[in-house]
Amino acid sequence: MTRARLVTLLPFAWIALFLFTPYCLLFCYSFWSLDAGQQVIRHATLANYLHLATTPLYFTVILRSMRIAFSVVSLSLLIGYPLACFLVFHAGKYRRILYQAVIIPLWISYLVRAYAWKVIFGNEGVLNTLLLWCHAIPHPLGFLLYSPFAVIVTLTHIYVPFVVLPVVASLEKIPHELIESSSDLGATAWQTFTRVILPLSLPGVLSGATFAFLLSFGDFLAPLLLGGPSSVMIANIVANLFGADYNWPLGAAVAVLILVMVLVIVTITQRLERRWRSA
Amino acid sequence: MTSAFLRLEALGKSFGKHAVLESISLDIERGEFLTLLGESGSGKTTLLRILGGFEQATAGRILLDDLPLDAIPPHRRPVHTVFQNYALFPHMSVFDNVAYGLRVRGCGRDEMSSRVDAALEKVHMERFAKHFPRQISGGQKQRVALARALVNRPQVLLLDEPLSALDANLRLEMQRELKLLQREVGITFIFVTHDQSEALAISDRVVLLRHGKIEQSGTPRAIYSTPRTAYAASFLGKSNLVSGMVHHGLADCGAFSVPVNLRDGPVTFSLRPECIAPSPGAVQFAAEVVTEQFHGADSLLTLRCATGLELSARVAGSHNGGVFAFNPQDLVPLEQE
Repeated sequence: MTRARLVTLLPFAWIALFLFTPYCLLFCYSFWSLDAGQQVIRHATLANYLHLATTPLYFTVILRSMRIAFSVVSLSLLIGYPLACFLVFHAGKYRRILYQAVIIPLWISYLVRAYAWKVIFGNEGVLNTLLLWCHAIPHPLGFLLYSPFAVIVTLTHIYVPFVVLPVVASLEKIPHELIESSSDLGATAWQTFTRVILPLSLPGVLSGATFAFLLSFGDFLAPLLLGGPSSVMIANIVANLFGADYNWPLGAAVAVLILVMVLVIVTITQRLERRWRSA
Repeated sequence: MTSAFLRLEALGKSFGKHAVLESISLDIERGEFLTLLGESGSGKTTLLRILGGFEQATAGRILLDDLPLDAIPPHRRPVHTVFQNYALFPHMSVFDNVAYGLRVRGCGRDEMSSRVDAALEKVHMERFAKHFPRQISGGQKQRVALARALVNRPQVLLLDEPLSALDANLRLEMQRELKLLQREVGITFIFVTHDQSEALAISDRVVLLRHGKIEQSGTPRAIYSTPRTAYAASFLGKSNLVSGMVHHGLADCGAFSVPVNLRDGPVTFSLRPECIAPSPGAVQFAAEVVTEQFHGADSLLTLRCATGLELSARVAGSHNGGVFAFNPQDLVPLEQE
């Protein structure tokens, strides 16, 4: 085999080994089951999927995960879009440094950032102490930590850069003449924004929102560290099934279910994006 | 006080210490087709951007019908720009692009629709109303960009090298259409280009800019036949720059002498290649033909005189050298720089 051919085959080998094989294993596992001694029985059965379909808990948790992920996306867009606009159109000479400031948190360990919110939201945390000190509240606010609220805030903090970066990229791609041309034709700044800038940045918004949604939907550390029983997400269930419960087949079935949902979402967003791009 | 329709008074623009435009004064008539001609860096685009309101002048002022234009923000000016790359909105159909200016001003649906249709018809694009910019050619985009500006009935239309992205044949066709359109709508066009032949072909008046100053302005014929400086002579078309010495009313250029009405001293003349022809003529000189470039309608000869002076001559036929001639009034004395 020639050297060149070897080089082109390498990526395929990589994908086969580290992506395709694990997914195949996962898929197989999801059709297997456990015997009484917790040994894996390698006979195909739909028992795991039937269990998922008949246990309301899974449905509740998946719905909650979606709700949390949706809140994270909304908040991230609310914060990320104006930030991206500011970076592209108004930051001037500070643009590079502010852009770096958006990226730098990505270099810090996820755990550190999650724990930082624990310090802020705890009963004796920064926020409660501050509010107590200025007599805004009679006693510490309990809902701050170990709640969906804490999970949403933390995930938003972590995934805002994933929204900002694609939105910045799509805003940067808008030719400056289009904005000048809009103003030249009589549009006010707000009209230029709603009629030209916003529609042309939608592909970036969509890919940022997809990132944030998928990453928060599959997150298990934030609910583990900052969430309470009311904010258990679907990835926590998978982690438990593979860990403490030692029920790999059921865990695999949940994982396959998540995978399918993610694929559906990605397909829909890609279709939408293609339609917007061609329009 | 009677004044021009659009008046630029000592307009200047500098970025820090670097002056891009210096004391540009110009009166522009209503319905005039004016071309700002210059190389890149001459300040022509900056001047256009100041008129469009995208840049602020650092000196001087602009008056439109005696009212200062400087204070009006771009979106309120009765001045529209056709951008170099057309700047059509890619997410809107041709119709919506043209309707944009009317929509943002809150024009009624019926009036908008009929005005857009009329504008598209004027540029022969009515069949493409539902197309998107990516589905039409460069020349068609150009037409849509024109319709999009004209539909708002501006008083002045600014055109920033609008034809530079088109291929040569389409360019000629669009020049013709632009000129027709301008006459039809009667709007003042201010056209920016670096292409001297385009400037000559299309304009009522050409303003040649150089290093942010007006080098010369005038009708295409005037500016071509009597260039003021060596720069103007060689930028607008091809020209022979012949230097000589004036002594007692006679300019001695070596190969020939010509009676002139100039003061004694050194002088440089511009002599257009097409003014030189095989004899007869008032001023004659002998030359050999060094090279001949055949261009179809004519040939460009490089002539060398006995004194070593080389001249370009545009002639109809083929020549092997001999006696050539020109008329003394074709020898245009240039200002010394």
